[in-house]
Amino acid sequence: MIYDSSVYVHIPFCERKCGYCSFYSAPSDEKTRTAYAKALCRSIETYRTMHLECPSVYFGGGTPTVMENESLISVLSKIKNVFELDDDTEITIEANPKTVDIRKLTELREAGFNRISFGVQSLIDEELAALGRIHTAEDALAAVNDALKAGFDNISCDMMIGIPKQSTGSMLYTADRLSELPISHISAYMLSVESGTPFYEMGVDTDDDVQANMYLDLCERLAENGFEHYEISNFARDGRVSKHNTRYWKREYYLGFGASAHSFFDHERRSCDDDTQQYIMRQTQQDTVNEVFPDELEEYIMLGLRLSEGILFNGLRMYGASEETVSEIRKKAEELAGYGLCRVTEKNISLTDSGFLGSNAVIGEFLNLC
Amino acid sequence: MNKDNIRNFCIIAHIDHGKSTLADRILELTETVALRDMENQLLDNMDIERERGITIKARAVRLKYHADNGEDYIFNLIDTPGHVDFNYEVSRSLAACEGAILIVDASQGIEAQTLANTYLAIEHDLEVLPVVNKIDLPGADPDRACNEIENVIGIPAMDAPRISAKMGINIREVLERVITDIPAPKGDDDEPLKALIFDSYYDPYKGVIIYCRVKEGQLKAGDTIRLMATGAEFQTVEVGYMGATDLIPVGELHAGEVGYIAASIKDIGDTSVGDTVTNAERPCAEPLEGYKKVNPMVYSGIYPADGAKYPDLRDALEKLMLNDASLSFEPETSVALGFGFRCGFLGLLHMEIIQERLEREYNLDLITTAPSVIYKVNLTDGSTVYIDNPTNYPEPALIAGAEEPVVNAHIYTPPEFVGNIMELCQDRRGTFKDMKYLDENRVDLHYILPLNEIVYDFFDALKSRTRGYASFDYELKGYEPSKLVKLDVLLNGETVDALSFIVHVDKAYARGRKIVERLKENIPRQLFEVPVQAAIGGKIIARETIKALRKDVLAKCYGGDITRKKKLLEKQKEGKKRMRQLGSVSVPQEAFMSVLKLDE
Repeated sequence: MIYDSSVYVHIPFCERKCGYCSFYSAPSDEKTRTAYAKALCRSIETYRTMHLECPSVYFGGGTPTVMENESLISVLSKIKNVFELDDDTEITIEANPKTVDIRKLTELREAGFNRISFGVQSLIDEELAALGRIHTAEDALAAVNDALKAGFDNISCDMMIGIPKQSTGSMLYTADRLSELPISHISAYMLSVESGTPFYEMGVDTDDDVQANMYLDLCERLAENGFEHYEISNFARDGRVSKHNTRYWKREYYLGFGASAHSFFDHERRSCDDDTQQYIMRQTQQDTVNEVFPDELEEYIMLGLRLSEGILFNGLRMYGASEETVSEIRKKAEELAGYGLCRVTEKNISLTDSGFLGSNAVIGEFLNLC
Repeated sequence: MNKDNIRNFCIIAHIDHGKSTLADRILELTETVALRDMENQLLDNMDIERERGITIKARAVRLKYHADNGEDYIFNLIDTPGHVDFNYEVSRSLAACEGAILIVDASQGIEAQTLANTYLAIEHDLEVLPVVNKIDLPGADPDRACNEIENVIGIPAMDAPRISAKMGINIREVLERVITDIPAPKGDDDEPLKALIFDSYYDPYKGVIIYCRVKEGQLKAGDTIRLMATGAEFQTVEVGYMGATDLIPVGELHAGEVGYIAASIKDIGDTSVGDTVTNAERPCAEPLEGYKKVNPMVYSGIYPADGAKYPDLRDALEKLMLNDASLSFEPETSVALGFGFRCGFLGLLHMEIIQERLEREYNLDLITTAPSVIYKVNLTDGSTVYIDNPTNYPEPALIAGAEEPVVNAHIYTPPEFVGNIMELCQDRRGTFKDMKYLDENRVDLHYILPLNEIVYDFFDALKSRTRGYASFDYELKGYEPSKLVKLDVLLNGETVDALSFIVHVDKAYARGRKIVERLKENIPRQLFEVPVQAAIGGKIIARETIKALRKDVLAKCYGGDITRKKKLLEKQKEGKKRMRQLGSVSVPQEAFMSVLKLDE
């Protein structure tokens, strides 16, 4: 019996696509956005009879805040109506600093959104310009300020490592300025140039070794500033981790609504096509089932090691690892600990910051033993 | 058919001088192959042969020719390889023939290998019919080519047919000359059966197919045959001749004919090329003179990339050995590579061909070690050991002296490249013997060269320094004392046995340097720093460091989309399968291969 699921809503609209972005988004007009919100409500409605408790809601994009408040609020109302939310339910919306003002933010807060995540990326204007962002450092600071005034007390900011023209010093400057704000959470992503993006076409080059050093410096600085490094790219103060994202890593259920949204529900990993028009036309969301009963042990290792709490040896056993496998994994972990890539205790394995950096390879080492 | 109307012959030519093209034209002219079946270079039916434009295996085909004198003739054309490595195959073909067509390129003249094969043919008492090909080319000088044949080989050539196999010019003249110049086979149908095996292969349906030349007597389906070397007896199921694309069964094979025998032979070890087939009920007294056993000159370890494929590799090697008696192999194990085989080859091309055939025809993924020659090591206790695997090279303290094989090498070249070639030979530790002008345009350079200097990439180096004009042939001269050392390669502080090799002390530093560089390029970064070192007897002579893999992370799994992460890990897993785990270092197959061709 399934009794709970988080909800993810994908808003695939942006004012302008950033040069490095490889995620799905499309330009839009108001009519499209309204129609899209209606389609979302239709999809959400199909879950009514399940009476699912909902510990977290996340509106991601794209840029959710390019959508009119009326539409955003209608979708959230639908969720509240169909799922069972309570006062603890974390309701996050992503926002671009340039697409919000005090009025918009106040309405959203009043409608029930209680967490906001700003795509700040940097507080140096040249770096923002290099990324093709539509906002300036001043816009970002103003937006955070407005959000505070609007009543948001759980604010997250994204920043980026490895921006063209960025130095370690300028990255740490951004980190420090953000830390000075009364925000609870920072996500820091390393710029990666994916094929098919304008950055790729332009031949923007990233240096892995430089990024690696910057990442380690940033981890250190954010720790000094009171942030706990709880996931590869996420840092939280005062225990205010992203409940929603943490559910991904813990293999808890989430239903994704909208074009290109992903779900993990009832032992199935599913996704919706990334075609907004088709999504609007269809009467209900038609997901593609990517995996049924995914390999639990594999997923546990792969996802669990993203978190600083790591994986438990008992967890491995629970997901079917034999004693032999468990002891091989322990042996491998001890070997890797010798290279400073992870920590091993009686109970668990967790990655160090260097281990996070090489996590694909490290996780691969463990998976090869399963 | 009357024996007088049979001609058995082969074609001798240098690579690219047009042997396979002439064979194709002959097939067309005799209408042996329907035109719709005609593929370029039909006789070269291995993929590798077509791609490389060379012939590796001898192949035979029977043709019917209506001559100008109104009579019908049967021609058995036996194709021969042209490369220096395949001398052995050549002598097999020659033993089945009474004559040989010698093709000489009208613009290039005689090449070293052609000469070697022509001498082989003369040794076998074959009638040599020279033909000058490629007369259609702008640079063609048929008179010069004919002169060269007369001067260098010493056979009359002024009336040699002048042809263009490519354009189909004067092909018929060649066929007419085959009738007049090459003698008909001898032999008596009533004598006891005596047939020479010159090739064989394994057919999954019919068992071993023997290609043979009947020298005396006759043979039909149902006869019980005996293979004289092993004494094994079999009942013949089918006899016939080789059509251009299929085997054609006939009632019987007679003295003078070339054909095949199928006798449900399952064990490929029973038939050895060079053996004599006779009739079990009426055997001949003496077998035919076989071929002289050729000894491999180059050895290399061959390992399956996937250790579980070891039995498949053994099976494939056994099947290849059936029609390539020059291939030898025995099991060996390596700490780094697991179970595999130490294989002996006639030369580097032979080695490459075998590897390619194993990979293509038997679908195997292989790791091979650097080729080695056989070193003769005299120990301090007075004994002598022969080493074909560097791993077994004795400790320096036990060695009184070492010797390495050297070859007599002849390089034919236009005079303008002599300087380049001398430089190359010097660099390869060669000793100059002499230089002869064959005519004003061609020089024969004679060097003594250590075999281990030519097994790597000498051909390629020679070709690139002479724009492809030089040709090269060698024969083993013997052993000479040499200052040899064993060079070891260490990864993360541990010796990798499969990468060790023997090298002259003067070259050790350069080679060591190059090898560690190559390995650094070809081994992906690991989760930790990996030193790559070259060492002689524990002394490090070169070092590179593979930096640790710092960043390999998927930072963002947006909106719970973990499919990218999964794909990445799948890919990683696949990649890992192609890696060898040496201690804690993952080494891809390519890294082992990269040290084989150091001068590219």
